[in-house]
Amino acid sequence: MLSETLFIDPGRCIGCQACVVACRECDSHRGKSMIHLDYLEPEESGAAMPTVCMHCQDPVAPCAEVCPADAILVDEGGVVLSAAKDRCIACANCVHACPFGVPKLDVAEALQYKCDLCYDRTSQGRAPMCATVCPTDAIFYGSYADLLAARPHSRPVDVFAFGDGTVQTGAAVVVPLDAARHPAPGGWT
Amino acid sequence: MSLGGVPPVAPGVDRFVTAGRAASDEWATEGDGERLVPTHCSYCGVQCGMYLRVDRAGRVFGVEPRDHPINRLKLCPKGVTAYQQVHHPDRLLHPLVRDRRDGPLRRASWDEALDRVVAAIRDIQDRHGRDAFAVYSGSSMTTEKAYLMGKFARVALGTRHVDYNGRLCMVSAAAANKLAFGADRASSPWFDLLDAEVIVVAGTNVGECFPVLTQYVWAARDRGAKLVTVDPRRTPLARTADVHVPLRPGTDVAFFNGVLHVVERDGLVDEAFIAERTTGWEAVRGLVRRYPPERAGEICGVDPALIEQVGQLWGRAERAMALHGRGLEHHLHGVDACLSVIDLVLATGMLGRPGAGYGTLTGQGNGQGGREHGQKADQLPGARSIEDPEARRYVAGVWGIDESELPHQGTSAVEMVRQMARGEIRGLLGICNNPLVSMPNLPEIRRGYDALDFHVQIDFFLSETAARADVVLPGSVWAEDEGVTANGEGRVVKHNRATDPPGEARVDWEIVCDIARRLGRHADGFAFRSAGEIFDELRLASRGGGADYYGITYDKIEAQGGVFWPCPSLDHPGTPRVFVDRFPTPDGRARFHPVEWQPPAEEPDAAFPLRLTTGRTVAHYLSGNQTRRIGALVEQTPRPWVEVHPSLGFADGDPVTVTTRRGAITLPALVVASIRPDTVFIPYHWAAPVAANGLTVDALDARSRIPEFKVCACRVERGAALDTVPAPLPPPGHAPPVEERAALADAGPPTAPQGRGTGERPVSAESAASAASAESAAPADQEDPR
Repeated sequence: MLSETLFIDPGRCIGCQACVVACRECDSHRGKSMIHLDYLEPEESGAAMPTVCMHCQDPVAPCAEVCPADAILVDEGGVVLSAAKDRCIACANCVHACPFGVPKLDVAEALQYKCDLCYDRTSQGRAPMCATVCPTDAIFYGSYADLLAARPHSRPVDVFAFGDGTVQTGAAVVVPLDAARHPAPGGWT
Repeated sequence: MSLGGVPPVAPGVDRFVTAGRAASDEWATEGDGERLVPTHCSYCGVQCGMYLRVDRAGRVFGVEPRDHPINRLKLCPKGVTAYQQVHHPDRLLHPLVRDRRDGPLRRASWDEALDRVVAAIRDIQDRHGRDAFAVYSGSSMTTEKAYLMGKFARVALGTRHVDYNGRLCMVSAAAANKLAFGADRASSPWFDLLDAEVIVVAGTNVGECFPVLTQYVWAARDRGAKLVTVDPRRTPLARTADVHVPLRPGTDVAFFNGVLHVVERDGLVDEAFIAERTTGWEAVRGLVRRYPPERAGEICGVDPALIEQVGQLWGRAERAMALHGRGLEHHLHGVDACLSVIDLVLATGMLGRPGAGYGTLTGQGNGQGGREHGQKADQLPGARSIEDPEARRYVAGVWGIDESELPHQGTSAVEMVRQMARGEIRGLLGICNNPLVSMPNLPEIRRGYDALDFHVQIDFFLSETAARADVVLPGSVWAEDEGVTANGEGRVVKHNRATDPPGEARVDWEIVCDIARRLGRHADGFAFRSAGEIFDELRLASRGGGADYYGITYDKIEAQGGVFWPCPSLDHPGTPRVFVDRFPTPDGRARFHPVEWQPPAEEPDAAFPLRLTTGRTVAHYLSGNQTRRIGALVEQTPRPWVEVHPSLGFADGDPVTVTTRRGAITLPALVVASIRPDTVFIPYHWAAPVAANGLTVDALDARSRIPEFKVCACRVERGAALDTVPAPLPPPGHAPPVEERAALADAGPPTAPQGRGTGERPVSAESAASAASAESAAPADQEDPR
């Protein structure tokens, strides 16, 4: 995972959507949220989970690999950026390639949008907006050591199984200590 | 840090790991010309700190998280979008008057509108007496304004009829706290939660109503605390609780008596605390012996083992905290329910230490401060009783009037509306409320308001209540004024002015002072030139009272990250934790109150076999007059629904008619296993014909006069067509903003009680095109995993 990254902990999520609403406030994409918020089996559990870009490391950024226009760049720290406005051709290849279903295509603007870890904020040493406002720290920004210090009963997972393959990611998902499996299921089982 | 070096008197949450490193006030995304104004949220009782982003032209255009000790950067979706109220196209920009009772509102000058108000007040008071004109105020505004409304009613109008919408909210807890402790305040700051071994959260949906408080609960659990939730619904906080007690609405007294039974039976009471700090234990001991878990479980409709388990957890903890909210308080016996929690707290000595405490979670932003300084029917500033001769003399002295001129105790909010219907109250000035959505049994409320000879309402949006007034005066949103609020832990914080009211709108307190000056009765008492001058008078008026603000200053608040009252002198740091070694009662001891469980006003019967309970959802606030206009919040939760258990046989989206003795409404079903099979839930933020309060019962607690919003008998059946969700009202002659209203067309229920998932939203025109195209290209990847 990245040295400082987002940790998603669905066990803490209350489904309030502060992350979704805060993401819309970004000066570079006002009114559009890059965060997916799903209520999981709402009839039964009431659980909720935000999905952000996982910044895939191995294989590195499938969205960027399939981009015919080289619009999606990966910075030296491993952050997978949003499509560059002057290069994106709105082909939707990245939408198909992403194992987590993260990128969105705005057809009217002919532009892909996805979470870029709030590059404007993180590049200045600040947490992404979603992690900053999240009332429960279900979205937490920091290092692996920060997270373990704060939550000794949890364990982050950054390898996800998809069929026979795995994806190792720059962001991580927190699972309870006694449920820690490695890799975690990447899809719905 | 923005509040670097926060002194220990108001410590915050610095034992958390904080997201991000740079201080918020060193951050600006827009470089030149942008200002960050430090303030707090306009909504709930957590009172999160935030910065408003103000551009060069003075427009509030965004929000930036603020590392304040209360919330350390966190915000909920309402807080993130609160700024969008400021320049909202629905803002009232001009005074409005109605020429005939059944005529339309039209634009008027301030002079014309205020002349109408003053003439109507004089006419009604001349013909029917001073008490025939009433003031109905609110707690979602600064303490300065709350104080001013009490003074305005008693001094400028000379009426005894003044009350506020906290009557619908916090009064049961306030009454119980005064009875038991002698003071109406949470015992402990929220950071004490981090030291608790056991946290009991009863009748409060923290994750939705006080979302940012959740971080304290989760941080306590990270440190090993056990969480107990008590609620008919398995709320977001309850989902992972160690023990969840899904009791029947209206049975909290039996539950807490049962828990105390277990504690007492097993010898887990704190005999030393009881002997040294309390009186009345023997009567409570005798009473709870008659509430064994089997009996309590029978009343509550839960497994007695849960009561046993909570008794063991609480009784064996060194440090435990209990928090409760409207679910426990909004009852015919709401004060009793609060007292039953307090009995448990007192019997185990869970007060006055880190991790050991008790408190109510105030619903409104200034629920605490708004009930301290005299806009309550029975109260004078400083939480003094209006029937206490010494208090009357002191406050009359501060106000420069003779004690004999000071009116006596008035009636409570709902009772005032009944007096309006009977013609005893003929005129009303309303501010900071929307009773035609928020009061119980709405048909009766409407009857009261319709009977008024004259009604003036001050608001910044045209609420359902303002829309039926004779005169509407355009007031200010929170960002256009300064002043203090007290949050749910008793921490006084400062709101700061970021911009000016738009158009001809004016700051609320200036409007009220202008009316007082035109009326001319003790007009020199309303010559305030700033909110700070009102605050200084309030400090003096509260001096020596229960809620003593004398030592609180704006500067001290900003320097310390808030000041907890009581703060009796300028060199006093404030009091984060109260009841440490004595209670503010005459003998210094707390009082036990034996309380028997009594049934709610309406028990289910053959015609109405289920229980209806009402409450909030995370994207909306109170009557929705603010949040129903904010695009992101409307997209998240565009409409009300009825939450039903799968055993009732409905499917998601089915039109379901809920009928009570007051009325019937048809809403889409949201089918969830997280609610009791014998209980249905409707959120109350919307207006008729989909108003939950068209159904609720207006039974009032004998002591607090709080309505029983949280339970009445109902039946449900498959309905024909859904009732339409009315759009919020724009000012006369203005087209409603398209984007904010678009989502209202959606007929279905949300995905979950917290709203619609991002993959579940109907697509607007623009994104419809994008979704259609993406779908044809990529059928699988874009779809929701379900």
